Amino acid sequence: MNDSRPTVYLDHAATTPMVPEAIAVMTEELARTGNASSLHGSGRAARRTVEEARELIAEKLGARPSEVVFCSGGTEANNLAIKGLYWSRLAQDPACNRIVFSAVEHHALLDPVTWLAIHEGARIDTTPVGREGRIVVDALREAVESDPASVAAVTTMWANNELGTVQPVADVVAIAREHGIPVHSDAVQAAGYLPLDFGASGLDAMTVTAHKLGGPVGIGALVIGRELQPTPLLHGGGQERDLRSGTIGVPLIAAFAKALEVTVDRQAEMSARIEALRARMVDGIRRVVPDAIVNGDPEPGPQHRLPNIAHVTFPGCEGDAMLMLLDAQGIECSTGSACDAGVPQPSHVLLAMGYDDVAARGSLRFSLGHTSTEADVDALIAALSGVHERALSAAQVRSTFDGTVRSAS
Amino acid sequence: MRVIAAMSGGVDSAVAAARAVDASHDVTGVHLALSRNPRSYRSGARGCCSIEDAGDARRAADVLGIPFYVWDMSEEFADEVVDDFVAEYTAGRTPNPCLRCNEKIKFAAVLDRALALGFDGVVTGHYAQLRTVDDGTGEMPRVELHRAVDHGKDQSYVLGVLTQDQLAHSLFPLGGTDKTSVRAEAERRGLQVAQKPDSHDICFVADGDNAGWLRDKLGPKPGTIVDESGETLREHDGAYAFTIGQRRGLRLGVPADDGKPRFVLDIEPTSGTVTVGPREHLRVDALAGVRPLWAGGVPRERLECTVQLRAHGDEHAASVEVSDSEVRVELRDPAYGIAPGQACVIYDGTRVVGSATIAETRRVTV
Repeated sequence: MNDSRPTVYLDHAATTPMVPEAIAVMTEELARTGNASSLHGSGRAARRTVEEARELIAEKLGARPSEVVFCSGGTEANNLAIKGLYWSRLAQDPACNRIVFSAVEHHALLDPVTWLAIHEGARIDTTPVGREGRIVVDALREAVESDPASVAAVTTMWANNELGTVQPVADVVAIAREHGIPVHSDAVQAAGYLPLDFGASGLDAMTVTAHKLGGPVGIGALVIGRELQPTPLLHGGGQERDLRSGTIGVPLIAAFAKALEVTVDRQAEMSARIEALRARMVDGIRRVVPDAIVNGDPEPGPQHRLPNIAHVTFPGCEGDAMLMLLDAQGIECSTGSACDAGVPQPSHVLLAMGYDDVAARGSLRFSLGHTSTEADVDALIAALSGVHERALSAAQVRSTFDGTVRSAS
Repeated sequence: MRVIAAMSGGVDSAVAAARAVDASHDVTGVHLALSRNPRSYRSGARGCCSIEDAGDARRAADVLGIPFYVWDMSEEFADEVVDDFVAEYTAGRTPNPCLRCNEKIKFAAVLDRALALGFDGVVTGHYAQLRTVDDGTGEMPRVELHRAVDHGKDQSYVLGVLTQDQLAHSLFPLGGTDKTSVRAEAERRGLQVAQKPDSHDICFVADGDNAGWLRDKLGPKPGTIVDESGETLREHDGAYAFTIGQRRGLRLGVPADDGKPRFVLDIEPTSGTVTVGPREHLRVDALAGVRPLWAGGVPRERLECTVQLRAHGDEHAASVEVSDSEVRVELRDPAYGIAPGQACVIYDGTRVVGSATIAETRRVTV
């Protein structure tokens, strides 16, 4: 147990600490009563808070306030976007039953798409990715242009959650636009780390969530053009343009807006600082483990990759063993993928990039954030040598496992 | 010691882990994911029992304040335990997958991995006792495996495959306690699994339906059930649905001429012929075992001892002769329904001497 040791948190892509400003706003709002749908004074006050938050979020994301639809977070926003657009487009044209998406989407997008295929008869078209995890634009173009009228929606994430690779969203938008097909992008990982401008992007819908950028868990938004009316997932009081019924979470929304404001305002400065930390981390990893492979796009910059993620393959090691050994020293990272049973599965992202199962299992994702320091990075590098050595020997035990017990000495 | 506590999600392994913590060991909880469950698509439906069990194990680890991880051992388990189970039934034998899992997974793949990762051993919730014996010769103290105090729960039989090296890296904190006390202790410690029912079935076979599971896996393999005169009594769709000594579920329709119940006497895997007959014809007074494994050294001389021939079975007084690759066991009193594939575990009093896999039995001619 590591009660006394300070935690070295290198898993900001999973969730990042709330910024103090957001905690302050949320705490204040938690003490206030008022349903934003009520007509009395308390209700109006709550509604005002929500609408001011909506305006702030819209401003920071280059959207119009009416385009911001609050919901519980990234998973719900993705489900609303993809299922909602599929159903509403299909209702207009029964032949419009195809979804084009990338092979490296997060499960929160992959699974609703697959669900639509299994339960609703959707035809789905996976766009392959190259070795850096970036979709092959020509393949997407081919998929769309083979029968544009049948495409209900195209979706590609802004930046990949495992590798940080930025997708060519503008190219995708250009292809879909020609045929009037709505384009959605899951920008959960990009928000706060890259400049995002919904209006300028040409996207029709975009997913963001608060807890990846210093806000609370449980609130996010689907930014979606006014002209689109996806079929809602939840029916009830008709809140949020009738797209997302349910009592509006005022404190969560207020904190989300504050976190987004703070983060976007500091984004350029913070991204530069984090990029430098990442470089320090990658240099250190390579020094300690010369055969480590840093995956994804090596080039920094908003067209290439996120500044905060380093996804590293340690040849001959098992990621989950390294994670456990680092965790025992209070250093927290991720294998990049997990399922609800906690069983490490080889990442579908790496498999799509052409990695084999073994390499996919032998990888760790280190992700930095607004609280990361040089000391965090240095602690990782200091621990890594011993951890790597142990994990290497454990993996060798496993790969030579033939059912007999080896000498334990 | 730095130890791995193998936590199944049941009450026994939770209390065993708790006791290891109390004994000032540095304990890390590990749940073994043994089921190969490749879900490219997660349905969101209620999870299978193993996911629930993993959750129970995690909650127990939370209560104990120890780190917790899931180790994916599904490949090893499929190769070493499930495939073996199928192959053994296909060959007309009756395997015990729990022994196999202990020999190949828990105290092999898991233990090896734990040692390589810097741990000193593994703690499990098995009911068995370990005693360290220092004979004063300056040699390393030996570790002996003994039956549990609670004879009703004793699991030394399924640990009979462990060697000295494996025993020396194991901890069984429950061997001195009865099950009732373990449940009470779990309650006292605030472990939610305190009243969770015991598991009896083979973990990878749903509802204990071995025959159905094997039929799904192997498909129908029609054959006949015959009596000892060779007369066909009925057709069946797979000899693997039968075990030597089985009485229930034969569905023979007509009773035997003497009106006595009939039992499976023999399974001929190639033709699928299952022979049935009266209980007396199951009497066995000697057997041969292969793949002997010894808890300590290899016995040099003939052993006068007891043997146990199936899980929770009776002990039989026996005389055992040991050679390099097999053991020959003469039973002092006859045993019934002994199926090749089961383990013959050899005891000296409460101490486990070793085990072998039953290959042949000698029927008593009456």
